[in-house]
Amino acid sequence: MAQPKSAKAPQEPWRDPAAKPFVHIDNVTKVFDTTYAVDGVTLDIYQGEFFCLLGGSGCGKSTLLRMLAGLEQPTSGRILIDGTDMTRVPPYARPVNMMFQSYALFPHMTVEQNVAFGLKQQKHGKGEIRERVDGLLELVRMMPFARRKPEQLSGGQRQRVALIRSLARQPKLLLLDEPLAALDKKLREHTQFELVNIQERVGTTFIMVTHDQEEAMTVSTRIAVMEAGRIEQVGTPASVYEYPASRHVAEFIGAVNSIEGRVVAQEGERLQIRSESLGCDLVMVHKQPLPEGTPVTVAVRPEKLVASEQAPAIVYNTVKGVITDFAYLGDVSIYLVRLPTGQQMRVQLTNLARLTENPLTWDQEVYLSWLPDSGVVFPS
Amino acid sequence: MTTRATINGSARNAGEWLGDLLTGHHGRRLVIALPYLWLLVFFMLPFVIVLKISLAEVLLGRPPYSPLWQYLEDSTVQIQLHLDNYRRLWEDPLYFIAYLKSLKIAGISTLVCLLLGYPMAYAIARTRDSLRNLLLMLVILPFWTSFLIRVYAWIGILKSNGLLNNLLLALGVIDHPLALLHTDFAVYLGIVYSYLPFMVLPLYATLSRMDLTLLEAAADLGCRPWKAFLRVTLPLSLPGIIAGCMLVFIPAVGEFVIPDLLGGPDSLMIGKVLWTEFFSNRDWPAASAVAVVMLVLLVVPLALFQRAQEKSEGKPPL
Repeated sequence: MAQPKSAKAPQEPWRDPAAKPFVHIDNVTKVFDTTYAVDGVTLDIYQGEFFCLLGGSGCGKSTLLRMLAGLEQPTSGRILIDGTDMTRVPPYARPVNMMFQSYALFPHMTVEQNVAFGLKQQKHGKGEIRERVDGLLELVRMMPFARRKPEQLSGGQRQRVALIRSLARQPKLLLLDEPLAALDKKLREHTQFELVNIQERVGTTFIMVTHDQEEAMTVSTRIAVMEAGRIEQVGTPASVYEYPASRHVAEFIGAVNSIEGRVVAQEGERLQIRSESLGCDLVMVHKQPLPEGTPVTVAVRPEKLVASEQAPAIVYNTVKGVITDFAYLGDVSIYLVRLPTGQQMRVQLTNLARLTENPLTWDQEVYLSWLPDSGVVFPS
Repeated sequence: MTTRATINGSARNAGEWLGDLLTGHHGRRLVIALPYLWLLVFFMLPFVIVLKISLAEVLLGRPPYSPLWQYLEDSTVQIQLHLDNYRRLWEDPLYFIAYLKSLKIAGISTLVCLLLGYPMAYAIARTRDSLRNLLLMLVILPFWTSFLIRVYAWIGILKSNGLLNNLLLALGVIDHPLALLHTDFAVYLGIVYSYLPFMVLPLYATLSRMDLTLLEAAADLGCRPWKAFLRVTLPLSLPGIIAGCMLVFIPAVGEFVIPDLLGGPDSLMIGKVLWTEFFSNRDWPAASAVAVVMLVLLVVPLALFQRAQEKSEGKPPL
C-alpha cells in the first residue's frame, strides 16, 4: 500500500474530535434542472489528507469537486476552506487549484508557459517565476520537454504537466478529477505511487475523484463512497473494505457474495441466520441487536471463503457446491461455485504453491466455509 | 488456348491497372491532381493571358491589342514587350490613388467586419443548441437573395427620399434629408453588410470547436473572465480571425459593384478603374496591367504572411 507515512496510525485527525477540519462541506446540495446531482452532503477533510471521492458515473462526485473549485455554485449549503466561507467566491479568487480530467493544457503554449500561466496571474518577478517553473519541471522530470507544445507530448507527460501546472500556485487544496483515467494500466499504477510521493513532498491537501476503487484504495488516507448524490460511507480504505456500511458499498468496493436470509436467533454478538438460498444456517458476528425474523443480507468477500475437497470440521457456515468456472490470474485463482439451491458463490484462493495444474477444476464438488467474523450483516 | 489466355490476361491487367489507378498511389495523385488541373485551366491560364495582354499595345481592331510575337519573313520571330502600360500606372497618380483608396476601404471594412463579427460569432458559438442553429440560419439567410439585388436594396434605403431618410424625417431627428447615397459611408456600409457572413462563419467554426474546459482551467489558475478571453480564447481563435479577414479583405479590394452602385465620384476603387479601362476606354492592355498589379499587391504580402505564420506555428495557420 502506498499509504503516506505521515498519515499513519498516530496522526489520524478524523479520530480527534477537537481537530479543526481544513475543508468543511456543510449540507451542500446542487440541483440541475430537476435532478439532485449532489444531495445534502456534509463532509470534513483535514489538513494534509489525500481524500478520495469514489463512486460510479453520475453519482455527483465530479459536481462536488467542481463546487470546491468554484466552477459550479451550490444550490444550497456552504463550503468552508481553511475557515473561510468560499461558497460564493469565484474560482479565480480561491486558494484552490484543479487538475482536469482532460488535463485542459493550453494548446497554444509550451510546457513551461503552461506551468507559468497561474504564476503570471499573481504578482511574481520574472526570475521567481522562472525558478519555480524549473523546480516543478524538475519534480516530474519534464525539464527536457520545457519548450514542447502539449500536442508533442505523450499521455503520461501531459498528465505530469497538468499536475505541476495545478501545483504551481502552491494551492492550499489541490483537486484532481480522475487524473489517471487516460493512462494505460501499467503507467496508471506507477503514477499512483508517484502522486502519493509528490503529495507527501509538497504537503498539500489533495481531494481526488475516481471511479476506480483500486486506485482510491492505493492512494488515499480516507475514501468517501458516493451514490446518487449522497455520501454512503466515509472511512479509511481498510474500514470501507472490511466494514462496508451498506450493501451498495460492499458491492461497489471489491467483489462480494451477497446471501439473503432471516434472523433466527441472537446470542450476544452471535447472530444465527437461516438462508433458503444457501440451504443452511449461518452464524455471523453482529453487534447491534436484531429481532427474530428480520430479513438480512450477509456479505462475505471471496477471499474470506475457504474451499476444500473434504468436509471441514465446523458445521455452520459450510456449504457444498460444484465448480462451474474458474480463472487462473497468476497470484490468485477465482472460482465460481454453484450450490444445489442455485446460488452462485465466488471464491478467491491464493496460489501459494507453484503448480501448473490447478488442484480444483470444473465440475468438482467442493465445500465452502467461512468464519463468523469474516462477513458483514445488513438488515434489508 | 494460348490466344484466350492472352486475352483474359490482358483484360485482367487492364482491370488491375484501373483498380491501381483508383486505389493505390496513382489514385491519390489523381485526386490531388484534379483540383490543381482546375486551377491551372481556370486560374493560371487566364492569368497568363492577362499578363500577355498587359504587355501589348492598344490597337483598333479585333482583338484590340497588338500581338506579343510576330513571324517575320526572314524566318525570325519578333517579340514585342510593351512596358508602357506599367509605366503609365506608375506615372498617372489616378491609379496610385485608386489602389490606395481600395486598400483603405477594404482594410477599414475588414476591421469593422471583425469588430462586429467576433461578438456575433462568439455569441452564436456559446448559446444553447436550439438557438444556435436558428442564429446561424439568420447569418446565411441573405445568401438566398442575389447579391446584386441586396446592394440595389441599399439604394432604396439610403437615397434622399429613401426609407432611412423618411424615417428620420418622420421621427423629427433631422430637418432635411441626409446625403447618404453616393458617399464613402455608403460604400463602407455596403461592403461590411455584404461580407459580414464571410467573417462570422470561420470565426464561429473556430470558436465553437474550442474546448471550454480551457476557460475553466484559466479561471482556476487565477484569470478573471476578461483576461481569460485575452489569453486563451483570442489566441486560439487566431486561425479564424485570419481566415475571416482574408475572406473579407481580398474580395473587398477588388470590389466593383458596391462602389459603382453606392459610391460617389470620389469613391474611386481599383475595381471601378479596371472596369472603366476595359469597357469605356476599350484599353485592354491598360486594364490587364491594372489587374496584374492588383494581384501582385495582394498575393506577395499574403504569401509572406503565410510563410511567417508557418515558421512561428510549425504548421499552416488554416
